[in-house]
Amino acid sequence: MNTATLPNSETRKPVESKTTTIPPAPHARDGSALADTLFTNLTRLAAFVVFSLLAAIFVSLVLGSSKSIMRFGPAFLWTSEWDPVKEQFGALVPIFGTLVTAAIAMVIAVPVSFGIAMFLTELSPKWLKRPLGTAIELLAAIPSIIYGMWGLFVFAPLFSTYVQPLMIKTLGAIPGLGLLFAGAPMGIGMFTAGLILSIMVIPFITAVMRDVFDLVPPMLKESAYGLGGTTWEVMYRVVLPYTKVGVVGGVMLGLGRALGETMAVTFVIGNAYQLSPSLFAPGNSIASALANEFTEARGELHSSALIELGLILFLITSIVLAISKFLLSRLSRDEGARS
Amino acid sequence: MTADTLSLEKLPSKLQVNDLNFYYGGYHALKNVSMSIPEKCVTAFIGPSGCGKSTLLRTFNRMFELYPEQRAEGQIMMNGENLLTTTMDVGLLRAQIGMVFQKPTPFPMSIYDNIAFGIKLFENLNRTEMEDRVEWALTKAALWNEVKDKLKQSGNGLSGGQQQRLCIARAIAIKPQVLLMDEPCSALDPISTGYIEELITELKKDYTVVIVTHNMQHAARASDFTAYMYLGELIEFGKTDDIFVQPKKKQTEDYITGRFG
Amino acid sequence: MSAVPAMFNPISESNPIYRARRRKNRVLMGVSLAMLIYGLVWLVWILVTLLWESAGALSPTLFTLMTPPPGAKESGGLANPIWGSLLIVSSATAIGTPIGILAGTYLAEFGRGSWLASATRFLNDMLLSTPSIIIGLFIYTVYVAQVRHYSGWAGSFALALIVIPVVVRTTDDMLKLVPNSVREAAIALGCPKWKMVTMVCYRAARAGIMTGVLLAVARISGETAPLVFTALNNQFFSNNMNAPMANLPQVIFQFAMSPFEDWQRLAWGASALITAAVLLLNIVARYILSRSK
Repeated sequence: MNTATLPNSETRKPVESKTTTIPPAPHARDGSALADTLFTNLTRLAAFVVFSLLAAIFVSLVLGSSKSIMRFGPAFLWTSEWDPVKEQFGALVPIFGTLVTAAIAMVIAVPVSFGIAMFLTELSPKWLKRPLGTAIELLAAIPSIIYGMWGLFVFAPLFSTYVQPLMIKTLGAIPGLGLLFAGAPMGIGMFTAGLILSIMVIPFITAVMRDVFDLVPPMLKESAYGLGGTTWEVMYRVVLPYTKVGVVGGVMLGLGRALGETMAVTFVIGNAYQLSPSLFAPGNSIASALANEFTEARGELHSSALIELGLILFLITSIVLAISKFLLSRLSRDEGARS
Repeated sequence: MTADTLSLEKLPSKLQVNDLNFYYGGYHALKNVSMSIPEKCVTAFIGPSGCGKSTLLRTFNRMFELYPEQRAEGQIMMNGENLLTTTMDVGLLRAQIGMVFQKPTPFPMSIYDNIAFGIKLFENLNRTEMEDRVEWALTKAALWNEVKDKLKQSGNGLSGGQQQRLCIARAIAIKPQVLLMDEPCSALDPISTGYIEELITELKKDYTVVIVTHNMQHAARASDFTAYMYLGELIEFGKTDDIFVQPKKKQTEDYITGRFG
Repeated sequence: MSAVPAMFNPISESNPIYRARRRKNRVLMGVSLAMLIYGLVWLVWILVTLLWESAGALSPTLFTLMTPPPGAKESGGLANPIWGSLLIVSSATAIGTPIGILAGTYLAEFGRGSWLASATRFLNDMLLSTPSIIIGLFIYTVYVAQVRHYSGWAGSFALALIVIPVVVRTTDDMLKLVPNSVREAAIALGCPKWKMVTMVCYRAARAGIMTGVLLAVARISGETAPLVFTALNNQFFSNNMNAPMANLPQVIFQFAMSPFEDWQRLAWGASALITAAVLLLNIVARYILSRSK
């Protein structure tokens, strides 16, 4: 299990003893007492460093973006103009792009992940369970820049030649909804970015779903099967409601990933500061704007505005992740209380 | 009908087990078990842990099939069909053979929906019919008076004993022919256990009840027939009174009198 | 008690409700399988593409030649970014691992039940999923902007911040798995606490912690975003961690976006190298963990 990237143990019950501290050795010599104090405080210091990192990130981003915050105020959030030459900056386009690509990713990834997790927990033969799980987890281990390159050179050309014209012709013809699928088949754009993001987050959501599904007491599932329920009914009407908190936590975790993903998006989103209802139009996301412009920023205001974009991204993902963490910890606590 | 007037041979058989063998992977868990479980009676399986009594119970509704490494060989005849090889879909089979588990397993939904869940799987009832059926099942499980004002509340809010009766109500709501109970009182306090025992006596009027228990008083009080199992074999099977008063085998006697196990 | 109401027997193969349910189930189980295949298709497609595209790039000169300047006639290699990546990743691991292990030790051994431990655990999990580009931006503002130059060190610091939460998490998890009886046995021998932790608990949790470190290395090996504005890039071979330094992810980023075919081929070669390294590290980590169980 890839603990580096997939928090599978999120829902695991911690093995904790009733005693929280271990009494000191009765006749500890002074030397070891000193060593004990040193070592304990060293670990406490390290924990404190970790503890303060998020706050430090927040403070540094606020300071770094102070020029932009002073200059544009809250209007930064809903202004769409981004013009380094005239020094006019507004975050609407990258915020919009970030949210839209993440939304596309979730719409695709959530049902797919549920399907895969259902296959892994209920349908897969035992000998196939581990290799399949590993394969899906390897999908999470592939560096995101590989996804980006592959998306740009392999996926986008095929998509624009074969799939996109078809989608424009069919989905684009539907009144209303068609606006989403209008425009020229360029291959790159927000839809492609969202699709590639979805492939990247599927392993994360799948892993969490599989882990929380495995927490369901077998007896509960057997009760539903015992009434004559089908696999689908057992999963959808008993297992899913029982684990909904954890499932939502996993989905939020995937969302956090999708919002902050940089390289995969940068290659395929098109990097254009324009607002368009069409998902096939090029756009920009916060992360890709940073990756593309930051080292070439003209002047301090431009840098400052980019850092403010980073601050916005940091706040959005932090909120999403905090919710995810809260839900997952609630599930493991409830689970502890139930058994 | 009391056990005194019964004898195994004369009663119509509901489940006829012939030469049943069961394997957990390579482990041989049931060895050539044959028995006839009489209709509309309570049959208890007793024996030390790991003797195969729960395993035997779980072959009757093919619950073991959820786990690919488990398999059963032999015959379990019900209504003229071998349950292990029948072409009948396992979902239909399980609807005819209800099951209650060691621990209460209310579904994560309201009390009403817990009962309605199974019914909706097979029947399309209108609102009043469904309400009637839910009331009927809860009444039958001696729970109606306690929950009639909170049908929309979650089943998890009930006490352990109430939850277990909810699970019994859920199982009988789809009107199975057989009711399997796998140590249904093992997680309950003595008062709730008393309720469930009474309930079992009531239920045998309409259902064939098969119960696994490790509580011998419970078996003696609640069952008409008792099967003693040991190490995957059926050692002795007969009228409960006979088994407890004058067991034929020494092993059974040792177990019942507490010299073993 | 009422008797079972008499009515038609719904438990039969011809029951339309039952048939519709069974059909729905079959369709959805098919969909579930299709979803699995969908996921696997992308994995296979990406890996096959990588193999195919990098086949032309993988040659011994990849490891001996420098990256070519723009428009160069002769083809180049990846010697400088390979070396740079090794330097940056190993120093990031060297910085991040001790901090991570110590902090994880506090969470699991000394801080049980304290507010600092529970708050740190929560924040660490958030740090684990903070977008890596934000980490890069952080190092830029607190380090690069202060010293006024990009450097290999800045890249290492950024990657170290990604290593830390991974190691904290695994150390914490793995130490919690060490049974308390082991600790009590050590204490009962009169062993001081620091010795108990370092000699007994670490030893018991060694495989797990090592797995965490390897997975952290795997993760930072492919990280690109935090290096964009920290380590930057360098066309030449360099040992100077205090100056901009070439690294594989940056080379992929720059060369893939370039119009030169030669550069693009090198980008594919670099991608194949990184992916192979990352997958290998993942597999080794899994192997260590499974063997220790």
